[in-house]
Amino acid sequence: MASLPLLSMTIFLPLLGAFAIFFNWGQSGLVQAKNARWVALWTSLVTLGLTVILWYNFNADSSSFQFEDKFQWIPIMNVGYHVGIDGISLPFVLLSALLIPICILSSWSSIQERVSEYMIAFLVMETLLIGMFSALDLILFYLFFEGVLIPMFLIIGIWGGPDRVYAAFKFFLYTLLGSVLMLLAILYIYFEVGGSDIPLALTTPFDPAVQIWLWLAFFASFAVKIPMWPFHTWLPDAHVEAPTAGSVILAGILLKMGGYGFIRFSLPMFPEASAYFAPMVFTLSIIAIVYTSLVALAQTDMKKLIAYSSIAHMGFVTLGIFSVDAQGIQGAITQMVSHGLISAALFLCVGVVYDRVHSREIADYGGLVYIMPRYATVFMLFILASVGLPGTSGFIGEFLVLLGTYQVSTWAATLAASGMVLGAAYALWLYRRVVFGALIHPNLKLLTDLSWREKLIFSPLVAGVLIFGIYPIPLLRVMEAAVANVIDQYNLALDPEDGILDRNKALDMARQDDKEAI
Amino acid sequence: MIEAYIPDFYRILPEVILILAALGMLIEGSFRKITDSKLTARFCRNAIVAIVIAVVVLCIQHKSGENWVTFEGQIVQDDFIFLAKLLILVGSAAVLAISIPSLAKEQILSFEYAVLVLFATVGMLLMVEANDFISLFVGLEMQGLSLYVLAAINRDQLSSSEAALKYFVLGAISTCLYLYGTSLLYGFAGSTSFDVIGAVIRVESAVGLPLGFIIALVFIIASLAFKVSAVPFHMWTPDVYQGCPTAITAFIAAAPKVAGMIVFLRILVLPFILMYGEWQAIIVFLSFASMVLGAFAALRQTDIKRLLAYSSIGQMGYVLLGVAAGNDDGIQAVFVYITLYLVMIIGTFGCLLSLRGKGHFGVQNLQDLSGISTLHPKIAFILAAFMFSLAGIPPLAGFFAKLYVFKAAISAGLFGLAIIGVLTSVVASYYYLKIVKIMYFDEVPAAPTITFGQSVVVSPEMIVVLNACGIIILFFFIYPNPLLEMAQRAALALPI
Repeated sequence: MASLPLLSMTIFLPLLGAFAIFFNWGQSGLVQAKNARWVALWTSLVTLGLTVILWYNFNADSSSFQFEDKFQWIPIMNVGYHVGIDGISLPFVLLSALLIPICILSSWSSIQERVSEYMIAFLVMETLLIGMFSALDLILFYLFFEGVLIPMFLIIGIWGGPDRVYAAFKFFLYTLLGSVLMLLAILYIYFEVGGSDIPLALTTPFDPAVQIWLWLAFFASFAVKIPMWPFHTWLPDAHVEAPTAGSVILAGILLKMGGYGFIRFSLPMFPEASAYFAPMVFTLSIIAIVYTSLVALAQTDMKKLIAYSSIAHMGFVTLGIFSVDAQGIQGAITQMVSHGLISAALFLCVGVVYDRVHSREIADYGGLVYIMPRYATVFMLFILASVGLPGTSGFIGEFLVLLGTYQVSTWAATLAASGMVLGAAYALWLYRRVVFGALIHPNLKLLTDLSWREKLIFSPLVAGVLIFGIYPIPLLRVMEAAVANVIDQYNLALDPEDGILDRNKALDMARQDDKEAI
Repeated sequence: MIEAYIPDFYRILPEVILILAALGMLIEGSFRKITDSKLTARFCRNAIVAIVIAVVVLCIQHKSGENWVTFEGQIVQDDFIFLAKLLILVGSAAVLAISIPSLAKEQILSFEYAVLVLFATVGMLLMVEANDFISLFVGLEMQGLSLYVLAAINRDQLSSSEAALKYFVLGAISTCLYLYGTSLLYGFAGSTSFDVIGAVIRVESAVGLPLGFIIALVFIIASLAFKVSAVPFHMWTPDVYQGCPTAITAFIAAAPKVAGMIVFLRILVLPFILMYGEWQAIIVFLSFASMVLGAFAALRQTDIKRLLAYSSIGQMGYVLLGVAAGNDDGIQAVFVYITLYLVMIIGTFGCLLSLRGKGHFGVQNLQDLSGISTLHPKIAFILAAFMFSLAGIPPLAGFFAKLYVFKAAISAGLFGLAIIGVLTSVVASYYYLKIVKIMYFDEVPAAPTITFGQSVVVSPEMIVVLNACGIIILFFFIYPNPLLEMAQRAALALPI
């Protein structure tokens, strides 16, 4: 097993599938669409299998990068093709590989136009996402990070709702604006470090005055992606207009790119700046949690409501990350994984009824429990998980984040906890209006309950939410060593009492002793 | 007397081949009673063959590995010039190839088209290999005059004549500036040779440079800024792009920009390198203004060629960012950028030329492109790739061009300009995306305005060029090293 470049295979297998579909382009409409669907499904399932193998062979005791592949890609610039995963990236790789087949299945019958292009877009996106989470070279990382924009832009713009053009442009330009500043910061780091290798950059200390600027440049990119208040305005538009599977990917994985970036780059590379800006991040996170929860309460569109709830949940993530506490960061990652499952499932729940009724307005629904009992059950599970009910993965994430934050700032933890109450309010109220109540709309009476395909889509998500909610140890175990490593590095740089600075001081003293001796 | 120059003529054999081919066609064409698009198409193919032969000769010459100085220091050759000449030749041949199917459609009936393209190409070769302000002037004028006539080739059409007249008048002003600048230089340095002027500046700058050098520098930069359409010398660009037949626009947009940039770089780096402090400020301004204007002015354009004109102004701004860096990284960045720019712009125009618009002419209005993603998915796909690449989105080739330019800017400490550059690239990506949007997002109109492959025959040459450009742009990221290595070799030949 060790001889195979397993990780690179995982990254590029979906691209291979995309090529297979591309070269099938000439066939007649229906055959081509059918082939495209099956090729895409099988490719993504095999990719999922490969990531499970990765997980199985992953050594959780080590904080170093595993399954590394490294060779010169652009030798002249000293830029390498370097990939590898540690405990921080593995959960996201798994999440991406899990959600793509679900997306493909969920669009099985709802996408009827340009099926080949649709499947190609999703497979290309899978390559870019997995590549992004496992890239260990800054230029390579940026390539994947930014490349995601193209398929997502097309997915929103071609298969989206009525206002799709506006949403697609806003998504693209907003996130591009954030990313380009990061590119300049990456180039600066490239010259400082003498290369773009991430492990090398992670161990290079930067001048604190420069760190501030580099941190801000990275922040511009990640804060837009995650998104933090007030950089979030692209998200509700993009979510609402994207097709169901597009929203699933957006909420499930794209938002996590920001959180991943904070943990991977901002904390270990710019510790002084991170400490300097932590109060600002806390403030923005708290505003996000409280404000967007209130905004969510006022929504009449189901997808928009879930979009705002995503921003609130991401507020917990940034809170946890910048508490720089083992529990806080583990909680943030758990929260991201769990939100990836829950929000994906919630968008799929909306998609299920949208495919039948073609409306996302809450007012158009009511009383679904009488005719779609299975759907109502699944929906309830995810609503409760989103609220953070103990026993679901949502609880683990939010609890750990609050635990970590409490040790740093009691105030932030208290306010964030109050946000959870608001979260319960809008989520349960949404559920009450859509599923309970009287069945007054006549067109709802003919609806059918979940089909076998829909059950198939929901079952892994249900399983994931419950398993990680009841027994989160496998997930926490995977990330433990890597998170501890990040925190050690952060503390070493900040704490002059022990670590690098201390060692320098000792060396200085030793030199002085030498001088005196002479 | 003449025998002494025979070795020199061997060294400019590629140019000689092109001139002879052009003269041969000129003679044949003059004896024809009627000239139609068929004859022009055949001449285009002949011209392509001539250029290919020239490329082969050039490569064989370069294989021997020697750099030379001929015609008493007027013309030189090194790695940098060799690669620049290669780019110009390949670019010209590619534009000829993509123009063949549209000759009849665009009413380019006169056979002089192919002849003039060859003359302009020779002019461009002379521009980049000149090592003296006089031989450079000959090259500039040879290229310029051919382009003015090309712009007017549709003399019955008002827009074409108007474009040509504007081009000519503004071009004449730029020539005046150039001549004034060089005569000042001659007055102060006593020579027109790059080497001598460089040496004089080295001596003079030790005791304090006379003001005349700075004035000359400003005049020469202004005239070259006109050639590469850098703001504020860009006014001709949108009108000329829009007014000319699309095939001519493609030619004006491609190789002459490359030649202009190479000359820009050579002049600033060879004679004027010690005046770096003086010229850097000017170039920074030109770059800044071009990037900003190119980004914002194109936003509201509805004519696709006008939009591409502003886009090329913006793109030249990025190249100038590399020039402004003025170091080894900068030269590499300029080389990488113009090479990829050439590929992207030829590909883009190739897509436009393969589509047939309303009436006689090619695509004029942006809206004409709506619905081609269903009618002609391949063209739409490749055009979308070019647009994303021009916007600089990874993993397409355009990203690497921008990466190199920003890398040069950061290494030279031009942080402010780099930030302006990335921000304008975001603004500019709006209009590139707009083209993608029109092709893919808009509803298909009831009666599509574009037909492809029906009344317009797509020539095999065109398919080759389009595929080659598409493959380069899409898959450049897999192994970008060859081009980057070439750039490094080029930069080594131009020591700073």
